[in-house]
Amino acid sequence: MIQSPAELQNLRDRYAKGMAQQKAGILVCAGTGCVASGSLEVHAALEHALKEQGLHTSVQLLLEEESTGGVTAVKSGCHGFCEMGPLVRIDPEGVLYTKVKPVDAADIVAALDNGEPVERLLYRHPATQQVFVKESDIPFYKHQTRVALANCGHIDPNDIAAYIAKDGYQGAANALSRPPQDVVDNVLEANLRGRGGGGFPAGRKWSIAASVDADQKYIICNGDEGDPGAFMDRSVMEGDPHRIIEGMLIAGYAIGASQGYIYVRAEYPLAVERLRQALSDAEAWGLLGDNILGTGFSFALHVKEGAGAFVCGEESALIASIEGERGMPRPKPPFPAVAGLWNKPTIINNVETLANVPDILRRGVDWFKNSGTPSSPGTKTFALTGEVANTGLIEVPMGLTVRDVVYTIGGGIRKQMAFKAVQIGGPSGGCLTEEHLDLPLDYDSLQQVGAMIGSGGLVVMNEETCIVEVARFFMEFTQNESCGKCVLCREGTRRMKEILQRIVDGQGAESDLGLLEEVGESVQAGSLCGLGKTAPNPVLTTLQYFEEEYLAHVRDKRCPAGVCPGLKTFAIAAEDCVGCSKCARVCPVDAISGKVKEPFVIDREACIKCGACVDACKFGAVVEVA
Amino acid sequence: MASVDLQNEQSGIEFVEQSVQKWGRSPSALIPILQDIQQQYRYLPEQLLTHAATALELPPASVYGVATFYAQFSLDPKGKYLIKVCDGTACHVRKSMPVYEAIRKRVRLVDGKSTTEDMQYTVETVSCLGACGLAPVVTINDKVYGQMTPDAITAIIDMLEQQEGEV
Ligand SMILES: Cc1cc2nc3c(=O)[nH]c(=O)nc-3n(C[C@H](O)[C@H](O)[C@H](O)COP(=O)(O)O)c2cc1C
Ligand code: FES
Repeated sequence: MIQSPAELQNLRDRYAKGMAQQKAGILVCAGTGCVASGSLEVHAALEHALKEQGLHTSVQLLLEEESTGGVTAVKSGCHGFCEMGPLVRIDPEGVLYTKVKPVDAADIVAALDNGEPVERLLYRHPATQQVFVKESDIPFYKHQTRVALANCGHIDPNDIAAYIAKDGYQGAANALSRPPQDVVDNVLEANLRGRGGGGFPAGRKWSIAASVDADQKYIICNGDEGDPGAFMDRSVMEGDPHRIIEGMLIAGYAIGASQGYIYVRAEYPLAVERLRQALSDAEAWGLLGDNILGTGFSFALHVKEGAGAFVCGEESALIASIEGERGMPRPKPPFPAVAGLWNKPTIINNVETLANVPDILRRGVDWFKNSGTPSSPGTKTFALTGEVANTGLIEVPMGLTVRDVVYTIGGGIRKQMAFKAVQIGGPSGGCLTEEHLDLPLDYDSLQQVGAMIGSGGLVVMNEETCIVEVARFFMEFTQNESCGKCVLCREGTRRMKEILQRIVDGQGAESDLGLLEEVGESVQAGSLCGLGKTAPNPVLTTLQYFEEEYLAHVRDKRCPAGVCPGLKTFAIAAEDCVGCSKCARVCPVDAISGKVKEPFVIDREACIKCGACVDACKFGAVVEVA
Repeated sequence: MASVDLQNEQSGIEFVEQSVQKWGRSPSALIPILQDIQQQYRYLPEQLLTHAATALELPPASVYGVATFYAQFSLDPKGKYLIKVCDGTACHVRKSMPVYEAIRKRVRLVDGKSTTEDMQYTVETVSCLGACGLAPVVTINDKVYGQMTPDAITAIIDMLEQQEGEV
């Protein structure tokens, strides 16, 4: 039980000292990506190797025995560089090992002694072949500024003491020692804008809720993260759950709420587990519950699991979902800040917004405004995915250009292909083209070109991606996820999807493009919530920036990227076919037949044009014919 | 998994009762209770839905409304292996659909069905499993497989069946 800010400080010092006493700390990434690549086995092998060498210890042990030396091996949150996982970092030097396998454990442990890093596991730049020892020198990391992600990959998320050792809960201690209005003013002054998509200043929302008189108010953390292709919030919830708790604690104090909910997406079971653990630890240590840090402020938190509906990311739908109903948005006003959960004043903030709050309170407004742009201060996390060389999770100062992100950090396009577009903001966002490469990534610049930062999914596309097909993909998504309340959203998204389907099937007409625009504008105008209001964005922006590609589909019946199934046919070039039968075996619909060692043939009627045979043929014998 | 015998309706009702005890009788307990049932049976058996409605004093229609609104809930039983193919944006541009087709072919799913006759496999698409850095991603009973290709996933299912043959 920590009963005062002074005790918190003591504990911090003590634990930080323990950390410093160890010879080295091994951090194995246990984010979802690395776990899928086998990092848990790597962790077990490392612990085993350490024990064999008599090196294994824990910080607790170091403190109890007042000893030094030994090595800890902990499972951390996502390090971000998912492409190269499983990742293992050795602190304090910050050596990064990539694609580690359990068999590498002995060498890694041996290297701790002889000081020579294991060369074969170090990151090698694909283009320059330069080898990097330290994580912080690798271009992927070098240009990042981590605030929300500061601890992700640097601490064991299940260890509250590790968070405290990194100055955790100091922001809350600062806040709780001042009048609530001061805290609201701080966040207002910092101009912290909502990271969940809209960019609405958090401080403004807080002051509304703070000024309302009510017997009960609520804070909700929006961890629904519905944007397909985004996993920033997931990484924070899994990698640094106490940061979210601290942010909510501060927000709760600021507006006078004694209860809070963390609403987590159904697909994130690990996040739910880590948050539950963190909540119960924080309660046990007196950082949640009654009379926190002896200040008289009481605050309780609950985890709510979503049930799989994109629209529940929208504030009023989320509230309906917590109340046990179908997640359908309600008209605003009244805004949740005035009448939200169970009609009480409720503040909903995104995970990342709340994750920024502790540092604003601890390090100050000026520090926060040091990075980013005047109108969008601070940093933003992005999930960098798609056809980019370095996929992963990044955090950069607002205002960096698309080029910086895709090329400098992302390492350019995979397999030396040409850049085509980057989709930003998910189903509500838009596609940016080559001409936008020097556009700064901040709320206002993106809005001007019809896109939005959204939650921060950045999906990079190369010349082999068909923009029209991507637009169809997004319409299918929003049509599926429309809650059905507004006619224009429900029917309009369906019609738009049908038109796009027609186009990719090769049956589109030139008049379809105008129709898409018309329907799109009506859906925007006639929908109640943000889902419908923004659903046409991916179509409207691509119509604007990739008109040629749409025209090629409808006018020339040609898909320039060679993707759209309806617009291509496959054939096997008899002179190149050796008759190995590989194509026939991969064909999902058994449309390929032939005798072994003789040329095979494709039945054009049965072919679904999936391209599996093209990828399977080692001889390049399957060709696309117009 | 379905450790409670479905034929035995009594045990199902007891299960719902326990869940109601845990979450309380307010309307806001409905979703957590349905989640418990879904987790236990891997779908929502109709008689248990009715029972949940009675226990919470909600009209069965509202319960049905909630159960059909959220993608997590299913009114149909699922196969022993639940295979989810991510078709989120990141996975989609890295060619998740050929992976999906390959799985359907491997487990012999035809005509738009998502569960095999023998109840071994259910194959579904989902939008984003949150491991986009490893796109395309597939999960089989919640175990995550990253950077999939049609060949790789077929090999994984081969291996599953081989293990199955051994026990
Ligand atoms: C259809 C729809 C989906 C949304 N999904 C999310 C989401 O997944 N996560 C999120 O934080 N905000 C989401 N939002 C935005 C929220 O409604 C809300 O603006 C946000 O959580 C406020 O937090 P912030 O001000 O801290 O960004 C969504 C909005 C809409 C209209
Ligand atoms: S898009 Fe497939 S995991 Fe996110």
